[in-house]
Formats: sequence, structure tokens, C-alpha cells
Amino acid sequence: MDIHEYQAKERFVAAGLPVPPGRIATTADEARSIAEEFSGPVMVKAQVHSGGRGKAGGVKYAADAAAAREHAEAILGMDIKGLTVETVLVTPAEDIETEAYVGVLVDRKNQAATFMVSAEGGMDIEEVAETKPDAIRRLAVDPRYGLLPHQAYWLANFLYDEPGHVKQATKAIGQLYDAFVNSGASMTEINPLITTPAGDVKAIDAKMSIDDNELFRRPEIETMRDTSAEPPSETKAREAGLSYVKLDGDVGCCVNGAGLAMATMDLVKYYGGEPANFLDIGGSSNPDKVVAALEIITSDPNVKAILFNIFGGITRCDDVANGIVEATGRIDIQVPIVIRLTGTNEELALEILEKAGFSAYTSMDDVVEKAVQLAAGEG
Amino acid sequence: MSIFIDSDTKLVVQGITGRDGSFHTHQMIEYGTQVVAGVTPGKGGQTFEGPGGARVPIFNCMDEAVAETGANTSVVYVPPAFAAGAILEAADSGVELVVAITEGVPVLDMARAHAFARDRGVRILGPNCPGLISPGSSKVGILPAQIVAEGPVGVVSRSGTLTYEAVFQLTSVGLGQTTCVGIGGDPLIGTTFIDCLTAFEADADTRAVVMIGEIGGTDEQEAAAFVEAEMSKPVVGFIAGQTAPPGRRMGHAGAIISGSAGTAEEKMKAFADHGISVAQRPADIVGLIQDALA
Repeated sequence: MDIHEYQAKERFVAAGLPVPPGRIATTADEARSIAEEFSGPVMVKAQVHSGGRGKAGGVKYAADAAAAREHAEAILGMDIKGLTVETVLVTPAEDIETEAYVGVLVDRKNQAATFMVSAEGGMDIEEVAETKPDAIRRLAVDPRYGLLPHQAYWLANFLYDEPGHVKQATKAIGQLYDAFVNSGASMTEINPLITTPAGDVKAIDAKMSIDDNELFRRPEIETMRDTSAEPPSETKAREAGLSYVKLDGDVGCCVNGAGLAMATMDLVKYYGGEPANFLDIGGSSNPDKVVAALEIITSDPNVKAILFNIFGGITRCDDVANGIVEATGRIDIQVPIVIRLTGTNEELALEILEKAGFSAYTSMDDVVEKAVQLAAGEG
Repeated sequence: MSIFIDSDTKLVVQGITGRDGSFHTHQMIEYGTQVVAGVTPGKGGQTFEGPGGARVPIFNCMDEAVAETGANTSVVYVPPAFAAGAILEAADSGVELVVAITEGVPVLDMARAHAFARDRGVRILGPNCPGLISPGSSKVGILPAQIVAEGPVGVVSRSGTLTYEAVFQLTSVGLGQTTCVGIGGDPLIGTTFIDCLTAFEADADTRAVVMIGEIGGTDEQEAAAFVEAEMSKPVVGFIAGQTAPPGRRMGHAGAIISGSAGTAEEKMKAFADHGISVAQRPADIVGLIQDALA
């Protein structure tokens, strides 16, 4: 789960990081009164879960409160990569001398939280890694000991020459690691970490993604979820315990298992169609889950046909077939449904489905081809 | 022959009294797995009643279970909040293999558990995996036993049902398996493709391997290089997620394209570049294995 800059900054402040003050506004007038309180130039920053805010015009310098109001007016409601800006952060504009990058993420290869730091701040770190790999210093944190003081110092030393800067950055890096661990993050970054003419080191931007698996034990972070950043169907799916991602195609997919669900989407494409979604209904034959899945799929007006692809392993196919029959009886569905079931007790399952008037298949290729034809109006 | 588990596997089930734990313990005993102990804190001294009159003693902790029964493998059906603790306990108990079925374990918990297990030379499979089955001798986890058969193909996969799909198709045409291993869909897993490929290469009965990957990470690319450099046996590969959008988690915590890294396209290319036959569709796997064995 991604959280907004202002929320990540709250986590930073809780860990003691030097972050300039800031407040959020949802109207232009609010932005102006916040800017008035800060009495000086401010930055007005769009709060959206997307990179490239600056390039999209979502981050603006305002010399005074009137300008802040004007920028907030323009930014609120703006569309940035398909996301509407609902909130802006207003924060005092800092004098910037240098910009560095400090990030931590869970690295698969090291199997550990891994720091990346670079004196080339303010730009996309993937780009730095590509063009100037030597400009990045990396450190995998041994999970048995956490980040050790000399390691934080070693990272800070790569960023600065000035001892005062190194000292402050060492402390900030340790605090960033604390914020990372205490938030159950999978990624966090400060970009940029600045130095000011007065000699201060400050974190003026913040990004954080939370490991979804941590949320059960961090209710204070769950409350940071911004459901306006996702389609309502995805919110509903999460509440129903289904794993769902909305896509742009017209073949609705309802599959058990994440790998099989991806393979099914790929096969839709292979046969010339476009999948409308990723959806994993899990291993149960519970009709309630099937009902929820169908409601979510049919709430997408693009869906022209629905495809079930179920592998019955431990869950027997006949149970799943009964679940589908019961579920489809409970809601009204306007688009054709084709079903493929294979595995344990598949013959029994086909009988149940055919008796209920469904086209049932045992071959994954056959059913996907059929669904693609139906969605194209050729069935 | 097989890899990682066989008829000598003596299993302890962690979380044996839970809903999933008890259901799958029944299934494993039915298949013939030697389930020698169960562990549920606070329920030590009780007995788990299995099928066919099987009686499995329950212990409070892993240490007692292993000392009393000589168990060499454990399987974890413990809920996410307690799963990493159970894995740490297992890794400290003297078993050689810990199979972690649980989905939803916090990744930082797993970073610690993997480091701890590595220090002790203990193999973790998973988490968020279906486990493994060596047809005819033992199954540990949740793979459906009805779809497997004994034979010459090794199967290794990050997925559950997609693996069953491939295995079922193999079995339907008479191609049995030495061992089918699900390594799990999480970003941090204990046993990798390369670990499984190494074991399959060394297993005398395995004549060909099916490797099923998906988007996210670079394990498949590294496995592909390993296949070319170290393996004499043919490998058939499939990658799920060609239509997955970047930046979105596709069910599995590890199935996410980060930036431009971890796409299906680059994985399939790595497979092809290193001499692995790439199945475009799951249905193509069987034919490619038949060709490889011909």
C-alpha cells in the first residue's frame, strides 16, 4: 500500500527526522491560509500516488499566500497519470544548496532491507543507477543486527565532505531506517535530502510503500489508506477478501490462484482479446465469494463476457460448480458466462453446470477462445 | 527417487489443531506421509486422530516434538502473525527442512527468519507456497495428490494452481513426476529455482524439468543462466504475467513489475537465450516435455 508524501512525513517526524513543517489543504482557500501562517514562500505539492508530479505541474513554488492560493486552485482537481489530485501539501520553501538521495527497500537478492544513497539527488534513482552506477552506494542491512552506527556513517560519508553534514546525515539515515522498520515499509525514500546555506540537512520529500502483510498489526497505518486513489471495484474486492486488479479489456476473468489467473489473462491476449481484470477467488467453493466476484466483474461496464477458469485440486470441481450455480442464481448477469473446470471430479462438475444451462469446458484454451469470441460479439 | 522429501521424511505439523492444519494433516496421512508429531502451544499431551486410526502425538513446542519423534521435516500452517515465530522455532529444533505454507507473512519478519535459518543450515521452502510432493512416497503441504503420478519429470514453480494445471496435464498423458515443488509467491523465499534445479540435476530419476515462473524479481533470469551453465537435463519453461501492468501486485506479494524490472518478456527472453524451451501457453508444456524426452 502506498501512502502520501504528507503521511510518510508524519512517519519520518515520529522517527525524529528533520522534516520542514507542512499542512494539507483540500481547497485553494485553505492552502492560502496555511501559506499565510508560514509567512514566506511556500511549496504547493499535489498528494497523489504517482511519480512524476513535478513534470506534470503538480509541484509549484509560491512566493506568497496569494500565489499559493492560485497554484492550489490549479493543482486541486488536476489529473496526474489518471489520478485526480484531491489534496495538496503546503510547506515552507527551503533554500537548497545540495540535493542527495537516500532510500531503503526490501531487496529480493540480499533478502534484506537495503540502502541506496547518492549525492545525485532530485532525480529518478533508477535513472542514476542506469547512467551513473558508481554514483550510488548500497548497503544490505543484516536483519539480525539492524543498521549499525558505523554503517550509517559509511553511507553518510558517501554523500558529504563537510563533517557537520555527515554528522546530521548519519543521524537521519539511522532515523530513516527506524521509520522504515516501525512502519512495516517495503520501500521508503527521501528524494531529495537537502543541505541549506545555513548548514542544515533536511528531508524535503518523502515516499513510502507499506508491506500489505504488515497492515493487520498496524491499524494506525491502515487508516492512511486513500481509497480515492483506486477504482471502487478494487476497494470492494479488498473488503471481500479477493485479490483483484482492474484492467482495460472486455473479458472478465474469475480464476482460482494468482499464477493461473495471470496465465488466463495471458491466454485471453494470445487469442486476440483483452482481459478486463485480474481476479483470484482463492481456493474455496463458497458461493458468497463467487457472488462478490461476479458483482465486482459486472460493475465494470466494459465487460462483455465472463470467463471462469477453475482448477479443482483440494477443492473439488463439483463443489465449485455448485457454488457457481448458486451464485449466478442470486444475481442478475447480462453478459454471457463460460466456465472451465478441471481436476478432481470434473465430469460431475460438467454435468451440474450443463444441467444449469452453462457452457462448460475442460480445456483452458477452448474456454478462453470462446470467451474472446463472445466478448467480440461473435459467439 | 525424488528431491527434498521421500519415504524417510518424518514430518511434524506446526498448527496441527487449526482448520487448515488438521484438514491437510488428514490428506497427508492418507497419501502415506509419515506424520510423526504435531505442535500447538498449550495442547501438548493431546492426540490428533487421523484417517485409518492414525494417532499423532501433539507437543507444545518443536524441541520436544523433534526429541521425542526424530522428526526431520516440519510444515507450518500457522496464521501470518505467528508464522515467522513458528519458522524460527522450527529452524532451531533440529529439522532439516521447514515448509512454510502460510500466506501473508510480513516480509521483514521473513528477512530475519531466512537469515536465522541460513545460519543453522536449515532449508526453508516458502513461505506462501503449496509445499511439495514426491509421488508414491510423501507429500508435505497442500498439493492435491490425485493429480500426480510417479515418473521422470521434475516440476518447480512459484505458483499453486498453475502448477497443478501443468502437473495434471503431464499426468493425463502418462508423464509422471519425481517431485513437484512450489517455491512460493513471496518476494523473499527460502528455496529458489536454482536450489531445485540443482537437486533435480543430481536426482538420478529426473530426466527433464518444468520450471514455471512469473513476473517480479530476477530469479528466473538467474535460473536460466544456471540451466545453461550447470544442467545436462532439458528444461521447459513457462512465465505467467505477460499482460500484467507494471507496479501492480498480481495476487502474490512477489508478483509485481517494479519500474521496468521483472517483466514476463525479459524472463522469457532469458529462458530462450539460455537454451530453455519456452511454452507460450500452459498447454504447450506437455508437448515440449515429450519432445525433450524423445
